[in-house]
Amino acid sequence: MYDLIPQGFIPLDKWIQAAIEWMAYNLRPLFQTIKWPVETLLYWIERGLQATPPVIFVAAVAALAWRLAGRGVGIFCLISMLAILFIGIWPETMTTLALIATAIVICVVIGIPIGIWCARNDRVWNVVRALLDIMQTTPSFVYLIPVVMLFGVGTVPGAVAVIVVAVPPLIRFTNLGIRMVDRELIEAGVAFGATDRQILWEVQLPQAMPTILGGLNQTVLMAMVMSVIVAMIGAEGLGLVVLQGLGRLDIGRAAVGGIGIVLMAIMLDRLTQALANRETGQNYRSGFGTWWRRVFTSAPKEKAAPAEN
Amino acid sequence: MDSRIEIRDLYKIFGPDVPKTLAMIREGKGKDQILKETDHVVGVDRVSLRVPAGSVSVIMGLSGSGKSTLARCINRIHDPDAGEILLDGEDIAKAGQERLREIRRTRISMVFQNFGLLPKQNVISNVAFGLKLRGMAEGARLKKAGEVLEVVGLSSWANHLPSALSGGMRQRVGLARALATDADVLIMDEAFSALDPLIRGDMQDELLRLQETLHKTIIFITHDFQEALRIGSRIAIMADGQVIREGTPQDVVLNPGHEYVAAFTRHVDRARLFDAASLLTDDLRAPGPFRLDEVGHVAGLASGGADWDSVPADMKLIDIAAKVTAGRPVAVLDGSGRFLGQLSTDALLGGLSGARMPGQVTAIGQDANGDRHV
Repeated sequence: MYDLIPQGFIPLDKWIQAAIEWMAYNLRPLFQTIKWPVETLLYWIERGLQATPPVIFVAAVAALAWRLAGRGVGIFCLISMLAILFIGIWPETMTTLALIATAIVICVVIGIPIGIWCARNDRVWNVVRALLDIMQTTPSFVYLIPVVMLFGVGTVPGAVAVIVVAVPPLIRFTNLGIRMVDRELIEAGVAFGATDRQILWEVQLPQAMPTILGGLNQTVLMAMVMSVIVAMIGAEGLGLVVLQGLGRLDIGRAAVGGIGIVLMAIMLDRLTQALANRETGQNYRSGFGTWWRRVFTSAPKEKAAPAEN
Repeated sequence: MDSRIEIRDLYKIFGPDVPKTLAMIREGKGKDQILKETDHVVGVDRVSLRVPAGSVSVIMGLSGSGKSTLARCINRIHDPDAGEILLDGEDIAKAGQERLREIRRTRISMVFQNFGLLPKQNVISNVAFGLKLRGMAEGARLKKAGEVLEVVGLSSWANHLPSALSGGMRQRVGLARALATDADVLIMDEAFSALDPLIRGDMQDELLRLQETLHKTIIFITHDFQEALRIGSRIAIMADGQVIREGTPQDVVLNPGHEYVAAFTRHVDRARLFDAASLLTDDLRAPGPFRLDEVGHVAGLASGGADWDSVPADMKLIDIAAKVTAGRPVAVLDGSGRFLGQLSTDALLGGLSGARMPGQVTAIGQDANGDRHV
């Protein structure tokens, strides 16, 4: 019975191998072109971050956090940054931050326009949604293989992988935010003679901004997670600290890297969430007594646009 | 009658295959049949309507009657599928995008049921919205918006967000935004329907007060027949995408002409709708007990006494009832004080109760006066 149904006669693995090899050989200029802006941006951001004296950077981040998210988050960021400095992972943290910052910039540049396009065209959205579904259900680990084949190893291919993993939420939330804008507001724009562009800039984007920033928050967290995983293809930063620690059974080193990752993730999350909440008009100023609660309790991630008119 | 807007044989169909549906309509198939066979909705079904310049025309209908669709065809938020919409003779239905924007920016503006204000912009920026779209410089548009805010009485709220305002105030902002562009045609889509009754009454008065000086051509959409009677110079009643009755408020109530319309008119507050002139039958136009001078003024009573009352022709019955004294003859005078006719107590009671009145067609009068007891 077992032999009746033939097995393994479709050599999919060989096909994929051949396809990727073909792409790697023949589309090399294309991938080099894609790589270029990532590489350039990453280079300059990292250079800037590494060149900034830690004291100034810590003070700047704490001040920014205080202004954006209130005193509590400000103090949390101050302590976290100092901790990162004191446990000796400052350069690695800056590298990871540069990697994330690069990815975020490119995600915004790609993701928001695509999201807008999707919101305005159902056919495009149907195609993009299918792609996003596939992208988001594929384990992020799996992206590493084609990225290595097509872009090589190192921090720059790592950034490419981070972008691919981090961009879907931003596209989704941008699309959602624009589609959720009250129909009457759009009609008001049309009725007063707005062009399509004016509708977008005067009505849709301002209304959708809280949702888009909610998407940005998700994108930042995805980028944070992926920036660790790409250590496996040679990207530098905190992920590499953990990976090396594990490889050498140096638990202490791995733990230090892990702590750095956790602190950075919380800081990035609080800051981007504060950005989104500012847009929805929530007031984040309050006394010292509740600052820890703000840092450690998670606010709802998907902020709906305010329903009132 | 000088028409600012004239709608001719307008159709609006919702569904993918408009030409086929139009062909079916021309074959004489009904709305329900089309919906059943092709799943296409006929939103506006051959509507023709004249909107006179400088007055309030009401389009009244229940939900699903196509009234909002019709209104949205006029400024082409919906594109009509057949027919003409003439604005001072120019067919809006055929206007290109560029010309259409021009018309929306300068000729036709709109007030929305749920106000349609930008929640993150303060009141004055919202009022200046239309001017901003037109490309007016910031200083100029804020100045203009400030002036219009003054007109609607909200100057002190200029820098607040809409969320800080009550519903009535928000709709004043919506109205100010529509007035700021100096458009001469105003489409008000259920503009007061979201407001509670007292505020709604205030807003109706406010609109009529503004209209006295502005003389805009207003197309007012409502589902509230009382509101239609109160503010409309003319009323068009819509059902199933068609205009089934059109006329002045008094005319519509007197002669509904249609079962559906009669259902609305039955509970009308006649005392507030009809005026003295509407009660004057031919026999009441005779001088009766009055003695007139050569220019038609009342000189006194034929019997020689001076014991009589007078009311202006446009005074509503409810005010007449409060003014006149039983037993005294009542003269109806026109604007320059000339005698038009006299009111008997019978005529006044008849008018209040909905008994037969001049100009009323008897056959349908029975419908209109369904709850009449004599």
